[in-house]
Amino acid sequence: MQTQTAPTLDRQPSANTHPQAQNGQVGAQSPGQSAPVPALEVHDLTVAYHRKPVLWDIDLSLPAGNLIAIIGPNGAGKSTLLKAVMGLLPIASGWARIHGKPWHEQRQLIGYVPQRESVDWDFPTDALDVVMMGAYGRLGWMRRPGKAERKAALHCLEQVGMASFADRQISQLSGGQQQRVFLARALAQQAQIYFMDEPFAGVDAATESAIVTLLQELKAQGKTVIVVHHDLETVREYFDWVVLLNMRLLAAGPVETTFTRENLQKTYGGKLTVLSAVADAVALVAARQAQFAREGKGAK
Amino acid sequence: MESTPFWSIEFWLQGIRELDWTDPTLRWVLMGSVLLGVAAAVLGCFAFLRGRSLMGDALAHAALPGVCVAFGFAEWGRGLGLFDVGSKNLWLLLIGASLSGMLAAWCISVIARHSRIKEDAAQAIVLSVFFGTGILLLTRIQHGSSGSQSGLDKFLFGQAASLVGSDVQTMAGMAVVLCILTFVLYKELKLLCFDQAFGRGLGLPMAFLDGVLLVMIVGAVVIGLQAVGVVLISAMLIIPPAAARFWTEKLHRMIPLAALLGGFSGGLGALLSALAPRMPTGPLIVLAATTMFTISLLFAPQRGALARGWRLLATRRLVRRENALRDLFGITEAYLSPEASASDGSAQDVPVEQLARFEGATEDELRAKRGVSQAVLRGALQELKRAGWIETVRSAEGSGRWRLTPSGLQKAYDVVRRHRLWEMFLMYETSLGPQSVDRDADAVEHFLPPDALAQLEDRMRQNGLEPRLKPATVGNF
Repeated sequence: MQTQTAPTLDRQPSANTHPQAQNGQVGAQSPGQSAPVPALEVHDLTVAYHRKPVLWDIDLSLPAGNLIAIIGPNGAGKSTLLKAVMGLLPIASGWARIHGKPWHEQRQLIGYVPQRESVDWDFPTDALDVVMMGAYGRLGWMRRPGKAERKAALHCLEQVGMASFADRQISQLSGGQQQRVFLARALAQQAQIYFMDEPFAGVDAATESAIVTLLQELKAQGKTVIVVHHDLETVREYFDWVVLLNMRLLAAGPVETTFTRENLQKTYGGKLTVLSAVADAVALVAARQAQFAREGKGAK
Repeated sequence: MESTPFWSIEFWLQGIRELDWTDPTLRWVLMGSVLLGVAAAVLGCFAFLRGRSLMGDALAHAALPGVCVAFGFAEWGRGLGLFDVGSKNLWLLLIGASLSGMLAAWCISVIARHSRIKEDAAQAIVLSVFFGTGILLLTRIQHGSSGSQSGLDKFLFGQAASLVGSDVQTMAGMAVVLCILTFVLYKELKLLCFDQAFGRGLGLPMAFLDGVLLVMIVGAVVIGLQAVGVVLISAMLIIPPAAARFWTEKLHRMIPLAALLGGFSGGLGALLSALAPRMPTGPLIVLAATTMFTISLLFAPQRGALARGWRLLATRRLVRRENALRDLFGITEAYLSPEASASDGSAQDVPVEQLARFEGATEDELRAKRGVSQAVLRGALQELKRAGWIETVRSAEGSGRWRLTPSGLQKAYDVVRRHRLWEMFLMYETSLGPQSVDRDADAVEHFLPPDALAQLEDRMRQNGLEPRLKPATVGNF
């Protein structure tokens, strides 16, 4: 944290450095109280692909400075929620605000890590160049990334333990390394709130621990990280907050109070495969034993 | 010239000598073809990387009805005495071509977005419908009153010889505009092709950029219409970038390289068609580009087919050599230190001096270790022998027996140790805790911190897998 924040602070426009302070006056309900503006506020959000709604009436308020997991079964609309609040998908109704304002006014505050499979990794470019793409939004039209951007991008690669791969062609990176390049690119966005779409999917142990360390660092810097997550086992360990989603919002809150068996059952229903499969198996064995016992008695 | 056959070099040299370089037609045709090659290749790079290789083809075919309608429009205007721009006014025809090309692009995107039909199918549908309409209109015009001189059929397959100074100036102007636009929008276009969603997240208007790219591709198509024609122009969009991709891993080098290959193909095709009369320019340009592509496909140093094939072969041979070496090591180890099976690690280390005690392993013994064919094993053994790592031992029965040499023992020890450490690593990876592992490194000791390596060596000893046949100098890793 010592030197890591330095490049962030030098080049970030001062207006964006303290979004909470900046937006606190605008978004606070009562001027007397300093109610903190949530990092992400979603009201009555509905998203539809073609005719079929994938997200219904989502109401959500997530506090800044937390590591937040969005979990739910396949097809629950986790990625859709992420994309909708960033304006990447059209919203059928409702709204989403990031630090108190619509996403299109807050783009400088948003960092994004898309799913790794969403791009063609055989694209003719190297890791450093991909990371520098994070600076494109700040650079604006016509301006090319220069020495400052190069240096910042190298630093971001360092933070994910990939500094020695800077000039490696991206197709020659392993899956986990590609994921870390995407994380470094999001860091290069110098954002306040990060949206990550399944960063832990199919990565090696080294990458998983690198990501976790990074999440902790981001949290220590007061940033908000919202992660689409699929591994229920690690939720407690990695995250402070959890959002349980299955087309509708089932629960959202601190992990200790919200990540309960009851809520999980509600979210996954019959799909909570491990639990329900085990339960089924136990029931079946019990029934068989009872049957055998009966038959045995009958034979005697 | 009749006496020299066309396949002799002399024929072509003579032809080049006899070319009238002051002939304006030749100059314009050459310049036009080079310009078209450059512009199409530059824009083609983005179409190629965006996965829109067929888009250029669809746009080009769709330009035909536009050309015909523009021609008809001019005729109609002149007939009514409203305006007279000349029915063969190139600008008007090109505007017609651009408009119908863009209409086609719009149709494709609407179909792909609002129906369950995928983009490739939408392209195929739109391409054939527009091209069919174009042929229909063209036939009507050809049979009409002023049709026979319309010269519109040259847009089908191109006719570079018909290029005149003003045409080439038009083409040059468009090519320059397109190249400048590409330069200015380079970073945005790169992002569009690599990761559109991320670009939108940054707040860049990706849909607009996509539209701009499309219009630019239409522009490149239109430049080539007169020289190469609607049917073949897509080749000039895609073949030079595809060829350039073989030589480089950086986009900022791929684009100039593609431009070079495209321009060169254009020039070469035009020159060949000037040398050999009755040979159409367009197809010759495409064939020249294809030659460049074939050379790239075969001979590019990294991505080329030969280089890849060679690397695959080299790796396979390396693996076979290492396997043979490991197997021979294992047999020697078991012979000289039979307690090897006692996995308590109590087995005695064997000093290198005892190597001569082993009378060698037969090919059958080696083959029994691993199901390789005799030919493969012999090949590997011969290579090892040439490297001086193994030697043949004459046995009483006369069958060949193989033994490690002292330097071979050193090599085999390293290989075996490396493989066993890998095994240990894979077995105990989780208990070692997450390490920053670069799996490309071929040796475990290159990426593991010393303490983890020491742990692995302990594990290896505990499992009785430590190589007991010690070379004179045990490598200190």
